[in-house]
Amino acid sequence: MTKDDIRETIIDILSDIAPDDDLTQLRDDVAFREQLQLDSMDFLDIVMELRKRYRVQIPEEEYLHLRSMSSTVEYLEPRMRDLQKV
Amino acid sequence: MVSGSPDQQRIVITGIGLTSPLGNTLADLRAGLLAGRSGVEPYEIRYVGKTLAGVCRFEETRFQSRKDVRRGTRAGCIAVYCSNDAILDAGLPWSDLDKSRVGVYIGLTEHGNVETENEVYELSQYDHDIKFWSHHHNPRTVANNPAGEVTINLGITGPHYTIGAACAAGNAGLIQGAQMLRLGEVDYALAGGVSESIRTFGIFASFKSQGALASHEDPTKASRPFDKARNGIVVAEGGCMYLLERYSDARARGAKIYGELVGYAMNSDATDFVLPNPERQAECMEKAIRTAGLTPDQIDIVSTHATGTSGGDVQEAQALRRVFRENERTLYNNSKSFFGHAMGAAGALELAGNLPSFADGACHATLNLTDPEPECDLPRMVRDTPREGVRVDTILNNSFGMLGINSSVVIKRV
Repeated sequence: MTKDDIRETIIDILSDIAPDDDLTQLRDDVAFREQLQLDSMDFLDIVMELRKRYRVQIPEEEYLHLRSMSSTVEYLEPRMRDLQKV
Repeated sequence: MVSGSPDQQRIVITGIGLTSPLGNTLADLRAGLLAGRSGVEPYEIRYVGKTLAGVCRFEETRFQSRKDVRRGTRAGCIAVYCSNDAILDAGLPWSDLDKSRVGVYIGLTEHGNVETENEVYELSQYDHDIKFWSHHHNPRTVANNPAGEVTINLGITGPHYTIGAACAAGNAGLIQGAQMLRLGEVDYALAGGVSESIRTFGIFASFKSQGALASHEDPTKASRPFDKARNGIVVAEGGCMYLLERYSDARARGAKIYGELVGYAMNSDATDFVLPNPERQAECMEKAIRTAGLTPDQIDIVSTHATGTSGGDVQEAQALRRVFRENERTLYNNSKSFFGHAMGAAGALELAGNLPSFADGACHATLNLTDPEPECDLPRMVRDTPREGVRVDTILNNSFGMLGINSSVVIKRV
C-alpha cells in the first residue's frame, strides 16, 4: 500500500466512526481531535478497524502516532507497505 | 389508597413518546388500533431464518447524531427517541428545567443479548481471537444502557436506571417513576419501557424451542391471543416513554393531562419459570384496583397481557374471570393481537394505545379472535371492531412476565 492508499483507508474508517463530520476539509497536519468529534473510544475504533482489515497491531504505547493524518500515515507506512489494499 | 390523596401525591401523565409497529405517534398508534390494522410482517434473522415480527421504523437521527446512533444500542436509540418526544409532547420548558430533578426509569425485558450475539458472531470471523472483541461491548451491554443514553442525550443529571422485569417491564417503569415522584426524589420522571428484542435471534430461537413462537402463512393473522388457533408469540420491537409529574405541578403549568395513575401493584407468582399463576395475577389486579380506591366493577377497560401462547392466555382469562366476574361494565381488549409482543415496551405501549379512549369514547378490539378458546372466553371481550360510544373513566393495564412477575396499573380520567 502506498501512503495515498493508507490515507484513503483512514478516511474510509473515519467516515464510519465520525459520520457527521465533513472529511473533505480534513487538514492532514492538524490533530484529528482539533477538527473532528473524536474521543478515546473512537481512537480505539481506528485501532480495531486496522486490526480487522489488515491485521495491523498497534501497541498501546504507540497510539500517540495516531494524532493526525500525517503522523498516522507516517507511522503506518512501514507496517502496511507490503499489504494489498482491500 | 392513592385516589383523593394530596395533589403532590397524585401522579399524572402529561407527555407520551413512542415508536411501534403501527407508527411513531400516539395518533398513528390509535388510528391503527381502531382501524384493525396489523403491524406484523415477515422478518428474517440470523440462524432462525424466516419468521415474523413487529418492526419499528422511525427517524433515528431526529434526536441523535449519526455518530451517537452508531455508538449506542438500538434500545438506547429507541429510548432517546421516545423520551425526546415525550418531553416535546408535554410542552415542558426543557431548557429552563433543573435537570438534576429529572429521573429516567426504563423497563426492560432483557438487555445485552443483541450486542453479545453480534460480537460473538463477529469474533467467529476472526477465529475467536479476543483481540477482535469490541471495546464498545461493556458500555453497550450494561443494564442501565438505554436509560443512560437518554441522560447523555438530554443532559439529565438526575437518577437513571433500568428495571429488569421480563414482560412486566413497561408497567414496572411507570410504577417506578410514580414512586420516585411521590418520594420527592425527582420532579419529572421519564418512565416506560423499550425493547430491541427483535434484533436477537436468541429470543426467537428460545420461544421456538419452547413451542411458543407464532407462525401463520398470513403474518397479519399470526398474533391471536385467546383464539383457539393461537400457536405462540410474535416478537415485536417498540418503545413508549411517559412524562410523569405531580398533579399539582401539571395543573399549575396548565399541562394537558392524559390520565392519572391512581393505582398499581406488582407481585410474584413464586411458582414457575414460565407458567403463569392465575391466583397471583388476580391478586395483583385486585391490589391495583384497591389502591386506586375502586372496585372491579368500576373498571371500564382491561388491556390484557395475553401473548397468544397455549398456557398463558388461559391463565390470564381465569384471573380476569375471578376479579371481574360477570359485571356489566368492564370491557377487555388486547394490543398484542395487532403488533405482537413488544416485550419490555409492551406494558407501556399497550397502555398508550388505550389512553385515547378517555377522549374518543372507543375501546379498541382484539384482532384475530375468530374462534375463542372456550377456556379463554370472556363475554365482554371486544372482538374484531372497536366498541364505540363508550364512556371510559378507568383503564386497567396488565403486564406479566417470566419467573412469575406480575404488574397492573390503573389509570383514571382527570
